Amino acid sequence: MQLQCPIPQTDFDVITLGHGSGGQLTSRLLDTLVFSQLTNPELEKRHDGAILQLDGKLAFSTDSYVVSPIFFPGGNIGDLAINGTVNDLAMCGALPKYLSLSFIIEEGLPVSEFWEVIQSIKQAALKANISIVTGDTKVVEKGKGDKLFINTSGIGSIHPKAQIDVNRVVTGDVVIVSNKIAHHGMAIMSIREGLTFESNISTDSRPLSHVCMKCLDEFGASIKVFRDPTRGGVATTLTEIAESSGKGIFIQEKNINLDSSVEGACEMLGLDPLYVANEGVFIAIVDASNADDLLQFLKQQEETAFAFKLGEVTDAYEGKVVLESKMRGKRVLTKLIGDQLPRIC
Amino acid sequence: MQYVTEYRDADIVHGYLARIRSIVTKPWTIMEVCGGQTHSLVKHGLLDILPPEITIVHGPGCPVCVTPQSLINQAVSLAIDHQVILCSFGDMLRVPGSKMSLLEAKARGADVRILYSPLEAVEIAKKFPDKQVVFFAVGFETTAPANALSVLHAHRAGLQNYSILTAHVLVPPAIRAIMDDPHTRVNGFLAAGHVCTIMGNSEYYPIADEYKIPLVVTGFEPVDLMQGLYLTIQQLEDGKAEVINQYSRVVKEEGNPDARAVIEKVFEVSHRNWRGIGVIPRSGYAVKEEFALYDAEKKFGLVAQEQENETGCIAGSILKGLKKPKDCPHFGKTCTPLNPLGAPMVSTEGACAAYYHFSGIAE
Repeated sequence: MQLQCPIPQTDFDVITLGHGSGGQLTSRLLDTLVFSQLTNPELEKRHDGAILQLDGKLAFSTDSYVVSPIFFPGGNIGDLAINGTVNDLAMCGALPKYLSLSFIIEEGLPVSEFWEVIQSIKQAALKANISIVTGDTKVVEKGKGDKLFINTSGIGSIHPKAQIDVNRVVTGDVVIVSNKIAHHGMAIMSIREGLTFESNISTDSRPLSHVCMKCLDEFGASIKVFRDPTRGGVATTLTEIAESSGKGIFIQEKNINLDSSVEGACEMLGLDPLYVANEGVFIAIVDASNADDLLQFLKQQEETAFAFKLGEVTDAYEGKVVLESKMRGKRVLTKLIGDQLPRIC
Repeated sequence: MQYVTEYRDADIVHGYLARIRSIVTKPWTIMEVCGGQTHSLVKHGLLDILPPEITIVHGPGCPVCVTPQSLINQAVSLAIDHQVILCSFGDMLRVPGSKMSLLEAKARGADVRILYSPLEAVEIAKKFPDKQVVFFAVGFETTAPANALSVLHAHRAGLQNYSILTAHVLVPPAIRAIMDDPHTRVNGFLAAGHVCTIMGNSEYYPIADEYKIPLVVTGFEPVDLMQGLYLTIQQLEDGKAEVINQYSRVVKEEGNPDARAVIEKVFEVSHRNWRGIGVIPRSGYAVKEEFALYDAEKKFGLVAQEQENETGCIAGSILKGLKKPKDCPHFGKTCTPLNPLGAPMVSTEGACAAYYHFSGIAE
């Protein structure tokens, strides 16, 4: 990967326990590698927390990132941690504004790798138009972590037209998926120890806030649900929606938009793409009268160019998700059970 | 995806379905032997579209489901007490042992690794010469060549720290055990395509003759399965009991002699205890004395404990097709994929898990 900025001169090549002590070494680490990159007026105050002005209804979300390995095709733990929390806020119908950023670093992490992560964080924050206003850094002994864990929390302002509420879902509403699915999970699988296979599959990690806000500008309250199907994939997220709304959801396998490389990799490993993680896709449940317009609108946006209608909310199958296969037979989808383990023959 | 999509053509599937409907005159119970076929029938929603005369029962062809608890306990003991690097196919990890599953052993700090191939376990053994590495060699005839090959590779590399915990089972003795049960309801079999890829079809002719049942060697895609069912029902309606190879694009009459030679070099046929069914004579593989160094059971002096925990699981009746998962009082209530009482609920190839995913539609 091309580094955006050259690594500043430091007198250390790896991060050690002392860098998390809160003393001089911590200051040196943060000054040279973090504050110089993520600068904004709030962060520059170097206070214990940020004092912010926000009006109206707010959304607040937090998430921890422990992905392994920390570098993967198309991204790393840094942009994932920013996009993930940005998207959680966007799914509430909020425009993300401020994020916190906390590192738990395993001692021995090369400075060059930390720098690359910081650069990705910087780019992702710019792209999502958010400010990182507070944070924390801890270092744990070798073997007590796995290179780098990140926690981000975020605050956003709810869009004035947003009425995201799963209880507003009614029979006839349409389920739209914003892009091709299963890219992130398969990108990680392609480089997991013991599973390495050659592919050109990259993570789909990207901020969805801009496109979600545009959708709310255009379609407002007719959008009942935004959810991003991360861990557990589309099937798990839809099952959660069906359970909490008490409605049935009927989807058709033939509608699923899948890259042939992703489809092939899933087939080879015996994985169901409906259960594979996404990091740049959302599910929208929308009033039937606006469904076609929303779909057309999404197809015109860069982040959602491959949006598709997956199915609809139905009176049948109360609280369940039923898939009609390409063979026109039906089965019930459940939440992901444990890890999606490979089948053995 | 070429060579797969052709066999997922809904019109061809429905064409065979129409032909089945046009010839079927009475109820038939067909058993698909292989867990891969069970998985495909469920995944593609095929159970939902079959005519009511046809009852499909899911056979014992899921290796996870038939591996006895005593072997799971041995694997757990290797991982925890003997502190080996225990390598396994993923599905085995969640199967409950009498104290814990391998997944729980992993959570308690045991080094348990999920692999796709036993040859990777040999590489791990090379990488960690100070650790013992054990591969949990489960499966039918299909996985036996690769497991045998791992022993040969380790032998050739002079490795002292690699062994396999063998739980290999064989399909033809299981079919005989099912047909020997006086309560059996099975009228015909979809035989397991991939097993025949290795072993060929010769073992099935005497079974068809002796038990007067049709056996159709069948593949795993929707078109394969529907054609396999059609060929079975056609025979039943015509009063025939023959072996037909539906999966001829993959299965040769003589199987794969090279793969069989590797099996025969390392393994010998032995009695096996099947979970829920009991001991079936000459129904599995054991490592030959010549390769005893690579037999984890001998190497670590493991003792098989025959007593199984009483969980209320009726796996034996289900694997023999005598009962359906819904006949079990625990099904979907105290026994779910998240909290399985028995192995058929663990794997997506298991009969109970298959039904669990299918059953909600009618409710």
